Amino acid sequence: MMPHLDARYLLCPMPVIRVSACVAGLSTGEVLTVRCTDRGALNDLPAWCRLEGHEVLQAEADSSGDVVLTILVHK
Amino acid sequence: MENGKRKAIVLLSGGLDSMLAARLMLDQGIHVEGINFFTGFCVEGHTHAVREDRQKRNLRNSALHSAEQLGIRLHIVDVIDEYKDVVLNPRHGYGTHLNPCLDCKGFMVGKARAWMEQNGFDFIVTGEVLGQRPMSQRRDTFPVIARESGATDRLLRPLCARLLPETLPEREGWVDRERLLGLSGRSRKPQIALAAAYGFTYAQPAGGCCFLTDANYTHKLKDLWRSRGERRYDFDDIMLLKIGRHLRPRPHFKLIVGREAGENRFLEGYRNRFVHMWALDHNGPLVLLQGDANEADLDLAASITARFGQGRGALKVRVAVGRPGGPLGERDVKPLPAHALAAEWYL
Ligand code: SF4
Repeated sequence: MMPHLDARYLLCPMPVIRVSACVAGLSTGEVLTVRCTDRGALNDLPAWCRLEGHEVLQAEADSSGDVVLTILVHK
Repeated sequence: MENGKRKAIVLLSGGLDSMLAARLMLDQGIHVEGINFFTGFCVEGHTHAVREDRQKRNLRNSALHSAEQLGIRLHIVDVIDEYKDVVLNPRHGYGTHLNPCLDCKGFMVGKARAWMEQNGFDFIVTGEVLGQRPMSQRRDTFPVIARESGATDRLLRPLCARLLPETLPEREGWVDRERLLGLSGRSRKPQIALAAAYGFTYAQPAGGCCFLTDANYTHKLKDLWRSRGERRYDFDDIMLLKIGRHLRPRPHFKLIVGREAGENRFLEGYRNRFVHMWALDHNGPLVLLQGDANEADLDLAASITARFGQGRGALKVRVAVGRPGGPLGERDVKPLPAHALAAEWYL
């Protein structure tokens, strides 16, 4: 099953802290899906991924207003 | 040592000073990574990220933004639980509000020291400037931070190092003291000029720091402690103090009223923690109730809920009440008239 992280109702920088902890347990090629309510995550998670070398496959707000990102892990 | 390079861990707050300090180290060929501590009180996206009316601004974590401009890794570390002792029992006391700045600095540099040791780094860097902050950035408090954190002479402050005794990285020749700065005082002009020379963009010149210096916020925190009869808090408490209007109509309960859609949405996340209410037949806020409420209190809370919604002019508003685990019924109430909303209820 694809790893999934529920980071709803968390405010900056908690989504980054949770994603970072989650990614630490994954290996290259795995894809993590994250769901957030904090719109800032649309900027922060891609920025964090750029610094760490992970790839953001998708980042968008869905119909419920949640922000959903999929991240391809590179280590 | 990777490629023979010495390694420094920089306390990157997201403000300009720590970004410049990091850059001075990069200029001297040091391997630099950033560390940023999340205490729960940091002024970061937070309230701005929640309010929909403020979402048009470019919301981003300023420490991450600094790291990107510097091209360095950033470790954001959750210290919420450990930080409680710093807030509740500061050895060196508080600043103007509930800000325990000197203890806070000692704590953060201490955490950075532990990280440095675990990760095989050589020294710690901060963006402190002599004389810039009244409590923690003084000639007599700098050594306190170095000592209490255990960092001793592995703590380098590149922006004012020339005014301070030599540290290990300087003595060992890892960094050239001549290329460090001798800034002091409250003027920000040299930093602003340097930022322009490097082409940096940054949030605010002083770097926001935290809500513990905010009069409104700390007033609400003290109210929380008073109402509980003890000084303690958990993560949700301190997050919620940043969201919504806070009113205490009775000593034994308070209300948190969402101010707009973004806040209402955030408060939704707490439905299973608190009694909550919202108007059914009009648009309006989601309201959380913290404390113990009897029937009369619930009626009062419902009428306040109606007051803050679009049904405030109606004769009657139907308010739904929920509690953790399920609904608690509906009640028809008269919206509280404006004059009955006592000014002293507002926190
Ligand atoms: S303002 Fe807040 S974060 Fe900054 S040093 Fe003081 S207590 Fe620490």
